[in-house]
Amino acid sequence: MSRIAGLFVRKNPVFIGFTVAGDPGIEASLRVAKTMVDAGADLLEIAIPYSDPVADGPVIERAHVRALRAGTTADDVFALVRRIREHAPATPLVLFTYYNIIHRRGADRFFAEAAAAGADGVLIVDLPVEESGEVASYAARYGIDRIALIAPTTSPERQHTILSGASGFVYLISLEGVTGERDHLPPGLAGLVGAVREKTDLPLAVGFGVSRPEHVRSVAAAGANGVIVGSALVRLIEEHLDDGAGMHDALRAAIRMLRSGLVPDPGPDILRRERVEG
Amino acid sequence: MKAGRYGIYGGQYVPETLMSALIELEETYERVREDPEFSRRLSWYLCEYAGRETPLTYCGNLSRDLGCRVYLKREDLLHGGAHKLNNTLGQALMAKFMGKHRLIAETGAGQHGVATAIAGAALDLPVEVYMGEVDTRRQALNVFRMELLGARVVPVASGTRTLKDAINAAMRDWVANLRETHYLLGSCVGPHPFPRVVRDFQSVIGEETRRQILEREGRLPDTVVACVGGGSNAIGIFYPFSNDDVTLVGVEAGGEGLESGRHGASLSAGSVGVFQGALSYLLQDDDGQALETHSVAAGLDHPSVGPEHAMLKDSGRVRYEAVTDAEALHAFRLLSRTEGIIPALESAHAVAYALRAADDLDRDDILIVNLSGRGDKDVADVASLHGGAI
Repeated sequence: MSRIAGLFVRKNPVFIGFTVAGDPGIEASLRVAKTMVDAGADLLEIAIPYSDPVADGPVIERAHVRALRAGTTADDVFALVRRIREHAPATPLVLFTYYNIIHRRGADRFFAEAAAAGADGVLIVDLPVEESGEVASYAARYGIDRIALIAPTTSPERQHTILSGASGFVYLISLEGVTGERDHLPPGLAGLVGAVREKTDLPLAVGFGVSRPEHVRSVAAAGANGVIVGSALVRLIEEHLDDGAGMHDALRAAIRMLRSGLVPDPGPDILRRERVEG
Repeated sequence: MKAGRYGIYGGQYVPETLMSALIELEETYERVREDPEFSRRLSWYLCEYAGRETPLTYCGNLSRDLGCRVYLKREDLLHGGAHKLNNTLGQALMAKFMGKHRLIAETGAGQHGVATAIAGAALDLPVEVYMGEVDTRRQALNVFRMELLGARVVPVASGTRTLKDAINAAMRDWVANLRETHYLLGSCVGPHPFPRVVRDFQSVIGEETRRQILEREGRLPDTVVACVGGGSNAIGIFYPFSNDDVTLVGVEAGGEGLESGRHGASLSAGSVGVFQGALSYLLQDDDGQALETHSVAAGLDHPSVGPEHAMLKDSGRVRYEAVTDAEALHAFRLLSRTEGIIPALESAHAVAYALRAADDLDRDDILIVNLSGRGDKDVADVASLHGGAI
């Protein structure tokens, strides 16, 4: 069983933390990742910094800029993944990337390097299912899960098409917009989780806008198997650029507080999935 | 060829949230382009409101100096001062047909922003224009014009604070407000169906030019020249000549010279990559990060280009050349003095290439330059480059 599948069988719901590789610097970024894992992030989403992150809001965009200014290259990101893998042998690691990074490197080389570094999944934020034929074959060849995205605007027919090629878990975008903290999650969230749940046995994780313990609680209550927190953590890095100790304290405190919204629920859902996955 | 593809180029590389809007846009576009009511209303706006058709001016003085027959397609005389209004009127009307209540746009030089503000005012749709902070300073006059026309200008302080970041900001707004908002993209770039929609709305330039030159000269031109940033005025004038025996030349921003690395010539000096929704030529580093670009013309200061141009480059149907800032500034002055026409700095790149190309043309050869915009917006900038202030 892959690390991702194993995690969701072991734990429900799970807490997924997002960080931009190389933010605020390459070495500092390794320390951030270790702190996140040690503080209770069950899965790490590691973004490859990119010059034009159109799906991201201002907080995460600034993290991309910081990482690029620090000189972070794709090579550095794979090296970072390798070191995080050494620190956290069981924690699933998912690379979050914009497609041109893969296109430029070549999909074959990209997925080979991702697998060699110890990544478990790749999520390509700007590659809709219509364009993803080439990467699908390389992801499969190197045993990398291809994390699919479903948005509130995705039609039921598209949901089917997207889910047919998905593996690992499914990333549900909670709202119509870019990443970033919000006061409230949209009321239609439970409906989205329910609708997708009917179409797949893959675990469902909800991201975009999730930034408070009550959000985490409502995502879990909606029946999701995981929550993804990005901007709320990335913001803490930005607020403590000159205070390394304070940055790590703040990240630990935030992850613990957000995690408190997760009430473990070893319910029938998990049993069902264990049966499915044999 | 697959729908939405130009050879291998084009496609839809966007976040999943945007896919529904692109699908809706494509369906609407297929519907309205067959709708006689849409054609009738667009034609009214283009003729009665915007001032089409624009003249094809024979330039006697320039022809004498260059030794060939030079014509200018006068998009500078279109309402708003540039070709951009062809597209904004078309898309704003389409937004109306889609039931959208709000327009957003990006702008570099400010010309597309002004054209969107005009179309929004004419069609009674509120407009917000994203503009890189650097460009708001370079083009302060156009910022004021947009505000005067009732649009809200949003300065974009992220990234390089120029056109590409304004496009990123507009895409972010669109993702968040899809249901009531139409993103009125200003060039033949971005995800399908934008490159095609923009090309079709701009093709009126080439259709008129082709008819006008046949009436005037009784034959097709030898060469048609247009500047290329995103490439909308170029594709608009080239497209109707696609199957003719006419040399087509797209002129990119050579900035301080291709070897300097400070330019905006993605076709001449870039490589294939995905950027802002489409596969095309791109100025990028080894990791695929978009590079900073430079041009004296804000509207050409962009790291990528429309996917159809990428295909036309590979097939050889269009030749792409780059001229430097210095050559463009020389052409800016020269055309002003010899013909009494002040070109936009973007269009001055096409004029500059014409000056270079004329050496190889005979006295009876016909050269058409698409004068895509007028240069009033650039006058203060050019003065300051020479140490003066206005």
